[in-house]
Amino acid sequence: MAASGLLLGVDALAQVDKLTLSGLAESRLRTFEEMVKPFVVNQPLEKGGVSLTLPELADNGHLVPLHLKVDSPMTEASYVSHIYLVSQRNPVPLMCLFVLGPWNGRAEINTRVRLSGTQMVVALARFSDGTFRYQTQEVAVTEAACVDNGT
Amino acid sequence: MSNARLQLPPRIIEGDVFKLRLLVNHPMDSGFLRDIDGVLIKRNVIRQLSCTLNNQEVFRAEPTTGIAANPLFEFYLRAVKSGELYFRWVDDKANIGEMRHALVVIPANSSSAPKS
Amino acid sequence: MKHLKLGLVLLFAVGLWGPGAWAQQRQIPLDQLKSGLDFSSPEVRGLQLDDDFASPSAHGIDKGAQLWSQVAGKNNKSCASCHGDASQSMKGAATRYPAIDKATGKLFNLEDRIRNCRQKEQKAINWPLESDELLAITLHVTAASKGMPILVSIDGAAKKHFEAGQKLYMTRQGQMNLSCTQCHDQHYGQRLYNDKLSQGHPNGYPIFRLDWQYLASLERRLRFCYASVKANVPTWGHQDMRDLNLYLMWRAQGLPIEVPAVRK
Repeated sequence: MAASGLLLGVDALAQVDKLTLSGLAESRLRTFEEMVKPFVVNQPLEKGGVSLTLPELADNGHLVPLHLKVDSPMTEASYVSHIYLVSQRNPVPLMCLFVLGPWNGRAEINTRVRLSGTQMVVALARFSDGTFRYQTQEVAVTEAACVDNGT
Repeated sequence: MSNARLQLPPRIIEGDVFKLRLLVNHPMDSGFLRDIDGVLIKRNVIRQLSCTLNNQEVFRAEPTTGIAANPLFEFYLRAVKSGELYFRWVDDKANIGEMRHALVVIPANSSSAPKS
Repeated sequence: MKHLKLGLVLLFAVGLWGPGAWAQQRQIPLDQLKSGLDFSSPEVRGLQLDDDFASPSAHGIDKGAQLWSQVAGKNNKSCASCHGDASQSMKGAATRYPAIDKATGKLFNLEDRIRNCRQKEQKAINWPLESDELLAITLHVTAASKGMPILVSIDGAAKKHFEAGQKLYMTRQGQMNLSCTQCHDQHYGQRLYNDKLSQGHPNGYPIFRLDWQYLASLERRLRFCYASVKANVPTWGHQDMRDLNLYLMWRAQGLPIEVPAVRK
């Protein structure tokens, strides 16, 4: 089960590379469907059971703290196998993939992301039974990352 | 030379679900910024970072340009037994970074006497 | 009446013989001085103040400590060989640079002083300005002055540099025809594009600048300011940058050194 889960991750990465926006001038906002479909494909997807926290207003998009936690007993019977952090506007949609297992005891992660402008961030959790849960948050970004401001 | 910082709780008892904090030194060059002379800095980010404990992978992150420079990863582990934590990361240029740490887990039924 | 006369005489005396620093009037008086941190977002403040472990400057801090003890050059010495523990021997150093180098009579900023030592005392291959190594070691030296108030000398040989720096600060330049004082004395707290203008103090350098995802020296930051008003950017190591640095330090006297500082 874990192996196929990993394959799903790799396939999805290849797919989202195709979604990469060429030319930052576009910075079109992706639809929710575009953001999650490569990973979820046809599996059940439900909102909730995931807490996602970023600052509502990020002055500087280069370093934005992100905290996420997925409700799960993290036992062999039921655990979070993958977490995808997906961006609505960044040049590269998938910000990070995390691979977890029952050994983690807790599906909770803290990291720092880059946000290229005001957008919605999606935290997508895949469970050991193949189902998905997600949460979203809008972040207003005053100064976008990935945009060159000079030397 | 230290290229990463690791922080764990000072005392870990068997059964604890404890937090690990890893801060890796890496510019995570997105490929979109220019340097002091105006030259575009080529993309070079950590593509994969793994943590193994006694040779079993217990955490994996596959970042892209969307993770900030000098990436911070905080995650949790259930304490089972002592062993070697081994962190390994690889970037776009195939540079490898590593860090090892001896994880000490105090058995649940023991007294608090330090292990020899 | 006698006391008043005495008071006046003393005042006159202080004016003549007191430190030159106090004879000049600053645009922003001491009680209104504010660090750039006060103009930063809560996230930036959090990054600087909340958590030492995950400071964006963490690697610079670790590297600086390591370089301090690293033996280098023909003389086979490390900084520690002569200076021992930096947290003791370097106390106050960052508060008083730029300063006149007695041997050459030149105005050295802190980076110049470190490079000079490396070349003269260690006879080692020097670290270029803005190199990772120089930034890290400057951070290490600056750390010893954490919390100490800035206090530079603008007397003697430093006086002409101070005056040159002051002139640069007050003079309009570039296609945008702006002077430093217009933004940083007259309009601090107001927004320029997305940025809240600070008072432009140098008390946190070398900073971790989020926009650059890197540690940065004051010189780099000043060059960027020049570029921002579309003025000719001085070459690295330019005298103007050191003169301006001295003026800025004088202007910031009393502000405590912040390290490791984070700015946007």
